Amino acid sequence: MKSKRPAIPYLGWMLVFTIVPLLMVIYFAFTDERGQFSLEPFKNASVYSEVFLYSLGIALISTVICLVLAYPLAYSVSRCSQRAQSTIIMLLMVPMWMNFLLRIYAWVLILQNYGPLDMILNLFGVDVTLIGNSGAVIVGMVYEFLPFMILPIHAVMTKIEPSLIEAAQDLGCNGFHVFTKVIFPLSVPGVISGVTMVFVPTASTFLVAQYLGGTQFMIGDVIERVFQSDHNTGSAIAVVLMIVILGFLVVMNRFGDKEAVAG
Amino acid sequence: MKKLSSKIYFIIIMAFLYLPIIYLIAYSFNDGKTSVWKGFTLKWYTALFNDAQIMNSLYNTLIIAVLASVIATILGTAAAIGIYNFKGGVRSAIQNVSNFPIINPEIVTGVSLMLLFTFAGVMMGFEMGFWTVLLAHIGFCTPYVILNVTPRIRQMDPALYEAALDLGCSPVQAFFKVVLHELMPGIFSGFLISFTYSLDDFVITYFTRGSRFQTLPVQIYTMTHQRINPKANALSALLFIVIIAVLIISNLASRRKSKEAAR
Repeated sequence: MKSKRPAIPYLGWMLVFTIVPLLMVIYFAFTDERGQFSLEPFKNASVYSEVFLYSLGIALISTVICLVLAYPLAYSVSRCSQRAQSTIIMLLMVPMWMNFLLRIYAWVLILQNYGPLDMILNLFGVDVTLIGNSGAVIVGMVYEFLPFMILPIHAVMTKIEPSLIEAAQDLGCNGFHVFTKVIFPLSVPGVISGVTMVFVPTASTFLVAQYLGGTQFMIGDVIERVFQSDHNTGSAIAVVLMIVILGFLVVMNRFGDKEAVAG
Repeated sequence: MKKLSSKIYFIIIMAFLYLPIIYLIAYSFNDGKTSVWKGFTLKWYTALFNDAQIMNSLYNTLIIAVLASVIATILGTAAAIGIYNFKGGVRSAIQNVSNFPIINPEIVTGVSLMLLFTFAGVMMGFEMGFWTVLLAHIGFCTPYVILNVTPRIRQMDPALYEAALDLGCSPVQAFFKVVLHELMPGIFSGFLISFTYSLDDFVITYFTRGSRFQTLPVQIYTMTHQRINPKANALSALLFIVIIAVLIISNLASRRKSKEAAR
């Protein structure tokens, strides 16, 4: 039990399947097709900077909508009886187990022209195209990732002692102040992990935009497309995406630590 | 949830999560390819079961999931024990590299492995397929095993292992009879997480599968990408039934376990 030896196979594994592939992406990002050092891939990648910003925007909007929808739900669920809570958590997790492409496909069926929602809106004389735009992509993202926001927030909410809330009330806080002074500060760690768990996959996902967004792709779709013909430019976009996501994670981590100290 | 408003809100969120799935399943019984209801049929289910390609990809998915999760569990448990015996900075460095596939955007992991396998394939004369998908799946499963086993090692009383040695066990016997037994809950949950992640993985499989090897998520992609295919609806219904069955069984099992523990 004191030996380091059992880790050796996995250390070798990480070298071959984690570190080497990462170095290869970085190598391809900084060379041209002849293998010479070059910044050409990044120059080519800059064509997609608008798509990149668009993806971050979609991720930001989806994350905010998830947070707004999830927070009140997580709070009211955490005030339920133990038994009801475990049933509700299970109900929230069932859709997550469904294959993600089938869940997006469900929204293709619902939003398509002459689909159910289109027909209902037509009855009221509203004639809009529901699919093939950013709104449809955001709906798909929120549907895909909403449980990832509810679950961590709910997890911290259940740890808030009811006596703390009662104490605040006894000391003269009204409902609004109980929320801003007690409940919200204590739920920040859950909010941070929820935001991370929604923002990161939304920003880097691919296919959702291909299914619901019409011609407007996201950065994940671009990486897939570009990689089919040009490994160098594809690698450069992947490196930029990786740096942005890792930077975001570091910032969220810092923020979480600071909150924990202040709390 | 005492207030009526929070009850209504809860129902709306549940409807948002479940109606798309119900719609998807309902239209698997529709005799016709559009969203117009043309009468009840089971023909999409017959077509699904008669589709050799789909059945073959289901078989592939299960084989990969079983092999990847078993290998990842063994590799990861050994690694967790070995890594635990490293000290301070070295240990956290290893853990950071190990967690990298979890925090890195999936698409970046996918393309980096594709670069590795393409390069190694040219050098050693193989094509991507079953083996590369298996390696990739072991790679993203093992970190989850380590994350689940490590807390159990931390909680374990080291005196237990020494006591087993004092009582005449050889180190190997002490490991299999005492240590493994103590770590089992962590090992088991690591295995389950690996198995479900492997079953459901699309992105990393998509980049490492080569041109012929199909798993079920990849098959779902080819079935639903830019087209409507009622066979995908039938497949959703079957998957949904499996998910519900697994949940009910695991729930009953854990309830029985907690009853036994209460006795």
